[in-house]
Amino acid sequence: MKIVIINYGAGNIQSIKFAIQRLGYEAVLSNDINEIKTADKVIFPGVGEASSAMSKLLESGLHDSIADLKQPVLGICLGMQLMCNSTEEGDTKGLGIFDVDVVKFSNKVKVPQIGWNQINNLNSGLFKGVSNKAHIYLVHSFYAPLCDETIAETDYELTYSAALQKDNFYGTQFHPEKSSTVGEKILRNFLEI
Amino acid sequence: MLAKRIIPCLDIKDGRTVKGVNFVDLRDAGDPVELAEIYSREGADELVFLDISATEQKRKTLADLVYRVAEKVNIPFTVGGGISSVEDVDILLQNGADKVSVNSSAVKNPQLINDLSAKFGSQCIVVAIDAKQIDGKWIVHLVGGKVPTELDLFEWAKEVEERGAGEILFTSMDHDGTKDGFANEALARLSVELNIPIIASGGAGNVQHFKDTFINGKSDAALAASVFHFKEIAIKDLKENLQENGIPVRL
Repeated sequence: MKIVIINYGAGNIQSIKFAIQRLGYEAVLSNDINEIKTADKVIFPGVGEASSAMSKLLESGLHDSIADLKQPVLGICLGMQLMCNSTEEGDTKGLGIFDVDVVKFSNKVKVPQIGWNQINNLNSGLFKGVSNKAHIYLVHSFYAPLCDETIAETDYELTYSAALQKDNFYGTQFHPEKSSTVGEKILRNFLEI
Repeated sequence: MLAKRIIPCLDIKDGRTVKGVNFVDLRDAGDPVELAEIYSREGADELVFLDISATEQKRKTLADLVYRVAEKVNIPFTVGGGISSVEDVDILLQNGADKVSVNSSAVKNPQLINDLSAKFGSQCIVVAIDAKQIDGKWIVHLVGGKVPTELDLFEWAKEVEERGAGEILFTSMDHDGTKDGFANEALARLSVELNIPIIASGGAGNVQHFKDTFINGKSDAALAASVFHFKEIAIKDLKENLQENGIPVRL
């Protein structure tokens, strides 16, 4: 199986590569569109600030191609947010794969949310074998509200999308690569779709 | 519900753990990677590696260690100790660290916090603050609490938040090593005055202390070293106890 992690200069890609290795698979890092197109599974990572991550993606010339991919694609954290219509952070236009606009938590709660929270209402094969209220690791200040594409929910200030799915596109706000054995299960489910 | 975090801290010198650890099942007591794996299996929510070595090879040794930890450990970890530039942080994050913590270098050059959070995002920048009370005022100290500064803890904490820190790791030098409980009054004030997570450090001696810092100290996370290293408190027992007391934890 060929697994490609999109390497556009915004993300803790080493951790994802290692997590996949621990599951017994190998992933390659690439920003070459042909390499990405021929992969069986594609991972779209992202950490940091949205508008600068999006500029890096634009510079890499990959932004037009991601939405056309046919194989399973998993966006993680900021990667998921960039797959949405837009994000409030840096007033950034997204790839428009998920039909939802990412917004910021209010100051009624501590921002960023850092740590382990729970996922509920799991509604996708991505969560096969994962129980309701399982803990996953999150670090974020912006969130995708609930929408038709929500496949898992988390509560922090309000109930929002912990994960999204549309056709072959998946996105998790949390970091499966840092979410202990629960995260490993989710990552394995994705790799074995 | 967001869980309160339990964070063991490992002191590192030249790539090895410094403080004696009392793990019978440890093949090599000085190997930080093996210790990290054990803590992660036992239910630690995060790990902090504090590098206290001062050699010229320090940078490379630490980067190698970060790489080896990231390879094996499936929970987040923070690296601190002598980090003073954007390049330092870049190397550590590229090798797989999730967060870095800065302390003295941020006091000497506060702009560093702005630079780091702009380049890497607030979420991975922890500012560590060591302070102790002098004539009733909490004063920020450097060099492990040896050198006092002019800075007031609460003013400095507010400033680092405004400059883009994602989290504050507050160590009370008055409580550190006493095993007498955390500095809950100061911690609660930080938690109320700031809007970023606060990690309590210094003073952990028993399970009640953790309970107190989460309830009275309003801490988001609690860090400790020796009580975990010497197996005085097992993380699993600690978390079960906290849960029985209505504190949200990840079990």
